[in-house]
Formats: sequence, structure tokens, C-alpha cells
Amino acid sequence: MKKQNFGRLTLTYLVVLIMFVIILYPLAWIIGSSFNPGQSLSGSSIIPENATLAHYKELFDTSKSNYVFWYINSLKVSILTMLFTVILVSFTAYSFSRYRFVGRKNGLMTFLILQMIPNFAALIAIYILATLTKLIDTHLGLILVYVGGQIPMNTWLMKGYLDTIPKELDESAKIDGAGHLRIFFQIVMPLATPIIAVVALFSFIAPFADFIVASILLRTEKNYTLAVGLYELVAKQFGAEFTTFAAGAVLIAVPIAILFLSFQRFFVSGLTAGGTKG
Amino acid sequence: MSKDLSFATSHRKNALILSIIPGLGQLYNKQLLKGASFLIMSAAFFYVFYDLLNIGLWGLVTLGEIPFTDHSIFLLVYGILALIVLVFGIGFYLFNLRDAYKVGLSRDNHEPISTVKEQYRNLIDNGFPYLIMSPGFLLLVFVVVFPILFVLLLAFTNYDLYHSPPAKLVDWVLFKNFVDIFKVDMWRQTFFSVLSWTLVWTFVATTFQVALGIFLAIIVNQKDVKGKAIIRTVFILPWAVPAFVSILVFAGMFNESFGAINRDILGFFGMEGLPWMTEPIFTRIALIFMQTWLGFPFIFAMTTGVLQSISQDLYEAATVDGASNFQKFKNITLPLVLYAIAPVLITQYTFNFNNFNIIYLFNGGGPAISGQNAGGTDILISWIYRLTMTSAQYSKAATLTMLLSIIVVAVAIWQFKRTKSFQEEDMM
Repeated sequence: MKKQNFGRLTLTYLVVLIMFVIILYPLAWIIGSSFNPGQSLSGSSIIPENATLAHYKELFDTSKSNYVFWYINSLKVSILTMLFTVILVSFTAYSFSRYRFVGRKNGLMTFLILQMIPNFAALIAIYILATLTKLIDTHLGLILVYVGGQIPMNTWLMKGYLDTIPKELDESAKIDGAGHLRIFFQIVMPLATPIIAVVALFSFIAPFADFIVASILLRTEKNYTLAVGLYELVAKQFGAEFTTFAAGAVLIAVPIAILFLSFQRFFVSGLTAGGTKG
Repeated sequence: MSKDLSFATSHRKNALILSIIPGLGQLYNKQLLKGASFLIMSAAFFYVFYDLLNIGLWGLVTLGEIPFTDHSIFLLVYGILALIVLVFGIGFYLFNLRDAYKVGLSRDNHEPISTVKEQYRNLIDNGFPYLIMSPGFLLLVFVVVFPILFVLLLAFTNYDLYHSPPAKLVDWVLFKNFVDIFKVDMWRQTFFSVLSWTLVWTFVATTFQVALGIFLAIIVNQKDVKGKAIIRTVFILPWAVPAFVSILVFAGMFNESFGAINRDILGFFGMEGLPWMTEPIFTRIALIFMQTWLGFPFIFAMTTGVLQSISQDLYEAATVDGASNFQKFKNITLPLVLYAIAPVLITQYTFNFNNFNIIYLFNGGGPAISGQNAGGTDILISWIYRLTMTSAQYSKAATLTMLLSIIVVAVAIWQFKRTKSFQEEDMM
């Protein structure tokens, strides 16, 4: 019995060790690259001999690089998308959950189907519509597309949660004379904080990670978001400026990873709740 | 007809007929304020939208007649806008007819007609859900529904580089694009090779990431494994780093001239560098490896959550009955895990089916293959992007988008039909 246990544990640790290497190696490699002197990687090593912060400095020099703008743009777009999504989705989800009105069933079905077609599938239409309305190359246009695309899926997610809040609560408030808005803001929304947090996280992460819509809509380098900017940095002079790219990548990965790891519990519980109910 | 006879008056009929012009029926029903506002609203509707409806509907049918003066694509856009406006208008009109009829009916029944104050209360109570939904709904109509309608219509036109306004007009060609994709050799071959790689990619990459995630969750969850917290944190890392960053980093690592894979790892084992970026088969292997790396932590985290919620009693009972470890795994752990994460699995497959980022950011869908206009690792969505952004084959891209949407929606509806929660009364 002992021997069998020993074999099993050794094997387990061996698998864990291999996975550690596979996971950490790329991360270590990019961090190492970002400290490497020189622009290209030839002759570099994971632990650079003459480590330098030059690439980080260069990123923050606005005369040489637009990186700082991209960072600000990404944060701006993501935060505004998050705000608008939470507001609009709370309203739609609340209506679907609490009211029985003409068109409710069809509306829910439409949302269900719309959430399956990724909204970037219609990228030609988005491009032409943005050109027509002069919203091309503006962050407003980008935010509108993101928020619209987020509504169906998150409405379903939040409606599932609101359905679990007992209706007796709002009914008794109604008898006590509370109006529609009062019930919404003072009774239901405070109870829905966990799902609001999940929707907020989702609608922050999605625009931050999006490449395709941003790459269609944004035309001038200063307006790029991080995903588009970083890609251009790599695609334009691949190899030639790889170490600068590496520094840029590290500066995105580290804060987001820390943020993510601290919210991770929320994330998983939200997904399980949405997944089993959706 | 006998039912009609039971009423002494026929206000409902009169009101309904008068309502052919919105508002008159309400005025007839002595609801002055309502009637007046209906009248004003419909007059305003025609005043504001007359031009749009006129040009839009004409444009939608003809797509323009004179090059340089008529811009077919703008006309198409106006046409769709006109359709949307028309749908709202018809909705209002039907509401007006129904309202006049209902009020007339209650007059026939000698029920009191609601006063202005009551109407106001009614409007607030019944209208509240519509009111708070309308901003989200409008946005949805314009940035999601509108583009879908546009693509739907574009699939039936010949809009491409050679039929590109303002110099040329675009025409309706009905099903020519669909026929071309299945009949013209170049399109057919490309379509089926892209489709088959899309399916292989979706299936293999998703299955790998799911299997690895479940496997690691189970072995880390063993009671006597030490350092669970640190192991779990490291295993979550690939999910925590934004995917576009990881993909671009991998693109650097797999680079044939300076990447670490060829130079450091394969070099260390004394092997020749492999053509990761120039041979389709190697790019495909690299992509599947990367997606497994990126995707397994999500499944790992979910499975870990499920495993921790399985009651220990089950295992103890099984031990008493003399079950081996493998039997416990096969008959308790695996069914429970799969049952709990099944809904998420399907979304993983649909996600990878449309996983544009990894394909495009890694190698732009390349390497190029002779004899087709898609790269060796292009999946449907990245091929559509390529057709739109680089070769201006708009109508073909739209046709492909429709085919892709049909596949996705069919799979999704099939999935939701099977989900229990969908059939619950209160859900819908």
C-alpha cells in the first residue's frame, strides 16, 4: 500500500513539475527578453547578463512610442464599456425577470439567438455603418459596438440570478407604496450585487482582450487599444523591436494577472452560476 | 354575428374603423388627450421619416440607378433603416387599432372609460418595462441587429472590388454567391478545406484543453498532495494573462530565426529547427498546443470547484463496498464532473469555432497555400476577415458569414433544447 502511494505521488509531482515548466517557461522567457539589451533577440538569454530597463523607458517616452496612449485608450474603453453595460443590462434583465409584458417571450428568444452569433461576424456591416455615421476611428463607436454586443449574453446571465431573488420582496414593498424605480434601486439591485460584479468583470475583460473590432474601427496609431497596438508593434518590425514588445507585454500581463488572481473566485462562481442556468 | 347583436351600441366597430387614421378612434371614444397625441405622433412620424422611407425603400429595391449619383451601399443602409422605422411604425399602428377597439368594447359594455389620470397610471405601470429597456434595446437594434440584417442582404448582392460604389453600382444577384461557393472550383476547394480545418481545430483543441484541465484538477485534488494553493495559482496563470499577449509571445517563441523553441529547446536536444511558421502542418500543431495552454486553466478551475463540492460520504460508502480507486473515479468523480461542467463545454467548442484571435495574431492565418485564397490555418471567421479587409470580396464574405451563423445557431439551439432550465415555465 505504502509503495503504491509513493509511486502515485511521485508521478503526480512529476506531472505538476512538467506543467510548471510548460506554463512558466514562456512567461520567464518574455520577462527575460524585456530586460535584454539591444533590440533583437539574437544572443539573448533568459537571464540577461547586462540587464537593462531601457525598453521600459522607451515605452514611456511619448515621442518614441504611443504605448502610453494605447494603455490609456484601453482602460478608457474598457471602463466605459463596463459602466454602460452594467447599467443597460440591469435594466433589461430586471424587466425580463420581473415584468410580464407583450413581446417578452420573443424578446428572450431573440437575445438567446443573438448571443450566439459573435457580433464581429458582421464586421463588414460594422465597418460601413461606422464610416457612414463618422464613428470610425473614434472610441465612442468602439464602445457602442462593445456594449451592444455584451447586452444579450449578460442579460441572460443576470436574469438567471434575479429570478432567484424572491418576488415576495418587491411585492411587499409595492404594497408599502414603493414605486417602480424605488423597488429597482433600493430592493432588487442591492441584493444583486454579486451578479453585478460578475457582469462588470466580464464587460471589462471582453473589450480589453478584443482585437478584431478594434482593428477594424481604429485607424490612427494614437487611437489604438493595447491589443491592436501591440500587434502592430510586432507585425511591423518583427524581430527588429522584439525586446520593446516584450517590455510592453510584461507591463500588460503583470497588472492584469494580479487583478485577475484576486478576483478569480468571483469569476469561477459567476461562470458556474451562469453556465448551469443559461 | 349573434355576438354583435348582444350589444346595443357598436362603438368598438366605429372606433376601429376611425382608427385607420391613428387618433380618430380615440377621439371618438372621448379620450381627447390620447387621441390628439396619437394624431400628432403619426403626423410627426410621416413628416420626419417620409424622405427616409421614400429613398430607403426605393433604394432597397433598385440599389441605385445612376453611377456616381447613387451610392448602392448607402442606399442599402437607408433601406434597412427604413425597414426598421417601418416595423416600429406598424407596431404603433397596430397598438392604436387595438387600443381603439378595446376602449370601444368597454363602452359597449357600459364600463366607465378610464380618465386621463388613470390612463397616466396605466401608461406608467404597463410601460415601465418598455421604458427602462428601450436604451439597451435601441442600441442592440443598431449595433447588433442592423449589422446582421446588412450582412444578410449583402450576401445576395455582387458587392466586391469590381462593383464598388461610387464608380459602379451594386446589383442584386440572388443566390449566385451561394452557388459560386459550392460550384466554382477555387471557392469550393477553399471552402471545404477551411471548413474541415475549422472543425478539426475546434474538436481537437477544445478536447485537449478540456481533457488536460479535468486531468490536472483531479490529480491536484488528491488528498495527500502538498502545496495545493501554489500549484493551483500557477495553473491558473495562463488564464490570468490576457490571451492576446500570450499569443503574441508564443508567436515570438515559435519564430524560426530567433524564437526560443527552435534555438534553445530543440537546439538543446541537438535537433534541427522546425518550420513552425512556413509549413501549415507545423503551424497547426503549434496552434493546438497554444490553445491547450491557454484554455485548460478555465476547465481546471471549474473542475476543481466541482470536485470540492462532492461529498466525501460517497467515497467512504464506496470504500466500504470495496471499490478500487479506479472504480471510484469512473463511477463517482467523472460522471459528477462531466454533468456539472457540460453546459460550459459546449460554449468552449463554440468559442474555439470562432477563435479569431489565436489564428490571426499567431501567424495571420498563414502560411499561404497555392491554389486557394485562404491561408493554411485560416478558420472560417479569419477567412471572412481576410476576404473583407485584404481582398474586398464583400459579398462572398457576407455569404460565408451567413453559412457560419447558420452552423453556430443550429448547434446552439440544439444545445439549449436539451438544457432542462430552458423548458422550465418561469425561465421564459
